[in-house]
Amino acid sequence: MQLLPPTASAHAADMDWLFAALIGTSAFILLLVFGLMIGFCVRYRKGSKVERGNRLGRTWRVETAWTVATFIGFLGLYFWGADLYVGIHSPPKDATDIYVVGKQWMWKIEHPGGQREIDTLHVPVGKPVRLVLTSQDVIHDFAIPAFRVRQDAVPGRYEALWFTPTKVGEYRLFCAEFCGTWHARMGGSVVVMEPSDFQRWLDSQDPGPSLAQEGEALFRSYGCSGCHGTASTVHAPKLEGLFGRPVPLQDGRTVIADDRYIRDSILKPKSEIAAGYPPVMPSFAGQIGEDDLLKLVAYIKSLADKTAENSQTGQSAGQSQAGSSAGSAERPAQ
Amino acid sequence: MTTATVTGKPDEPVVATRNYLTEEGVTLRSWLLTKDHKRIAILYTLSITFFFFVGGAAATLIRLNLVTPAGIFTPDIYNRLFTLHGIVMVWFFLIPSIPNTMGNFLIPLMIGAKDLAFPRLNLLSWYLYVGAGFLALFAILIGGVDTGWTFYTPFSSLYSNGYVVLALAAVFAIGFSSILTGLNFIVTTHRMRAPGMTWYRLPVFVWSNYATSVIMVLATPVLAITLMLVAVERLLRVGIFDPALGGDPLLFQHLFWFYSHPAVYIMILPGFGVISEIVPCFARKPLFGYKFVVWSSITIAIIGFFVWAHHMFVAGISLYAGLVFSLLSYVIAVPSAIKVFNWTATLHKGWISFDAPMLYALGFIGLFTIGGLTGLFVANLAFDVHVTDTYFVVAHFHYIMVGGMVSAYFGGLHYWWPKVTGRLYPEWWARIAALLIFFGFNLTFFPQFILGYLGMERRYYSYPPEFQAWNIFSSAGASVLAVGYALPFFYLGWSLFRGKRAGSNPWAATGLEWQTSSPPPAHNFDKTPTVTRPPYQYRPEPEPQDV
Repeated sequence: MQLLPPTASAHAADMDWLFAALIGTSAFILLLVFGLMIGFCVRYRKGSKVERGNRLGRTWRVETAWTVATFIGFLGLYFWGADLYVGIHSPPKDATDIYVVGKQWMWKIEHPGGQREIDTLHVPVGKPVRLVLTSQDVIHDFAIPAFRVRQDAVPGRYEALWFTPTKVGEYRLFCAEFCGTWHARMGGSVVVMEPSDFQRWLDSQDPGPSLAQEGEALFRSYGCSGCHGTASTVHAPKLEGLFGRPVPLQDGRTVIADDRYIRDSILKPKSEIAAGYPPVMPSFAGQIGEDDLLKLVAYIKSLADKTAENSQTGQSAGQSQAGSSAGSAERPAQ
Repeated sequence: MTTATVTGKPDEPVVATRNYLTEEGVTLRSWLLTKDHKRIAILYTLSITFFFFVGGAAATLIRLNLVTPAGIFTPDIYNRLFTLHGIVMVWFFLIPSIPNTMGNFLIPLMIGAKDLAFPRLNLLSWYLYVGAGFLALFAILIGGVDTGWTFYTPFSSLYSNGYVVLALAAVFAIGFSSILTGLNFIVTTHRMRAPGMTWYRLPVFVWSNYATSVIMVLATPVLAITLMLVAVERLLRVGIFDPALGGDPLLFQHLFWFYSHPAVYIMILPGFGVISEIVPCFARKPLFGYKFVVWSSITIAIIGFFVWAHHMFVAGISLYAGLVFSLLSYVIAVPSAIKVFNWTATLHKGWISFDAPMLYALGFIGLFTIGGLTGLFVANLAFDVHVTDTYFVVAHFHYIMVGGMVSAYFGGLHYWWPKVTGRLYPEWWARIAALLIFFGFNLTFFPQFILGYLGMERRYYSYPPEFQAWNIFSSAGASVLAVGYALPFFYLGWSLFRGKRAGSNPWAATGLEWQTSSPPPAHNFDKTPTVTRPPYQYRPEPEPQDV
């Protein structure tokens, strides 16, 4: 009979310590309350001959003392938990991004190299992994008890979740948010492998084009390159070197160009207009599915380290021609 | 019967022919058109008992299904079962139980009033309750609703195939019943107290129902609007919650929990009230820190409005929101803890007897303490990320609502039974039931904490085989619990006809409600009482009662 789930991530070990502290605090309060209650019940039962004089009349001091003590004790637990929570929401810079789309009733997973899997997630041990989650229909929740992490996959949004697996093995993966008839069957496993085995596994998969490469093709077929391409004459923001940098907006705010920003800029281009650019981009809402959006985001992300000049030379090596012609043909009317 | 202390003549019928059960007549019509708050309370008790058994039957089937990893029912049947269980138990049992039965019966008696402020509104609220109840049963059993009681969008608004709109309409209607009851209690408490019944002389039961009513009146409209928006999206395809139509799925959760978290306090605060009446009576001591208990109820009612997003730590709220809502959730745990300390301290230097109501009350304190402490776990950000939507959360809220609330309900039912019916129940059976419920409850729900930490998710009709052992314990406990809950149904029923006459004050209690005959006459008091003392002026030895 199991008492604790497997502990297979750095965060899981920290969590178990927090769990122990919570149990310790509760056990202390529980013993105190139960002890006093049972003690009083026995000692002061009707008919027992004990001294009952000198009852406490004024209660202010006692009340204040236990209120303050309780509050301080609770605050300690709060800060501990809050600290860990901030940690699991701050992925390291070198984390590998893996994209996950929830769908009634399966998890579709895409590795950056283009390898795809359903309901099984392969990851290397010791390397931080960041999952970018979204859903194609209703709210799902990606839960890995052995890592002590979970995150809702909400349609229309990107949520992230990261972990560093510490133990090779196979762990359960669940959908934790009720999502319809086969909710209980929407799960699978996370396979943690030695990095060399993981590489072998990646190579053995039929990789196809990588997410970014597919995104690049979509970038052209949806006509994005017509404006955002380096050869374009339209005054549109350049996407090279954009990802992860702050973007000043027309209304004076500044946002970080992350997955969410890219996605929203495609679907709701009028909501956050980059400063200095006319709001001429049409919305692609309803035209691009979640799968394709992920690829476009991956493509734009892959441009993060490029400068405009580099990619110009890259593009002039043969792709730009097809790109811009497709772009101008399919560009939606404005 | 150790402390029934019927110092009068127990075998002599104290029951006058003149009481609320007989005075208006005994026809069905006289009951269905009554405006007497006590009769309406009886109507509520009968209908709430019916829904309690419907919800309980669903719970039993759920536990039966979970005995094996593969499950017994089809997923569709299972999903409907837990939806039925959730909707019926939350809206048709937990929320109305204590306010609408005991609150209705006792508040006017406790403050020395003839009736509630708006008797006709009170009757209307019962009709809304019953109508809504049958509409909900119809929607779930005939139409098949599988959204769970939380109706999360966009599943409920666009994907579920059941009669969701009918179920929403039922919950919408019961919301009005809640609002009307709340209004009635607030006005009654403000305007109809007997001479001398100052605010600090009000029994805690009245205070806690007052705090509950404030939440009902302020929060329920938000629920009504939210459910209406779901129906609008479902019927008219207007994008409110579904991102595919331009809506925001988190908006629903914010609105829903803005009502449904305070609703947890609607369920538990009246329970606090019941326990605060029972413990001083059987410890024969004034309630320790009366003013603190009163103000902690008010504080809980207020802070209860600011913690809703702790249901959404993994839903995609911002990091900052998570930090704030977790802190507020820790703050609200303090007044709840104060109450536990106060009840415990009331026992100190008491003259304690262990009649059935007291056993239920002590059981309540134990189970509520465990439920409250595990609340600290789930209010903890990092911990909640691991256990939310698992059986840990299921166990936690069942400790509060079933262990706590239902124990308080049964405690109150036994405590005031003699007042309501004029009869005593068989004490031995009542104690057996209280013990069975306590042990059955722990056997059912404690294993679920472990299951939750292991990672068993809720709303699964089928689960991985390594979780089976704990599920078997839980299901075994559920059968003990079922027997515990069924027992009172029989012995209380028996006592209606064969029980000993109770006399007006079998517990030698000090509240105003004990100073009129049992059962009380139609207008409660022959002469409006004048109050000269604070509540809970208990002495070690029972005072001779004025029969």
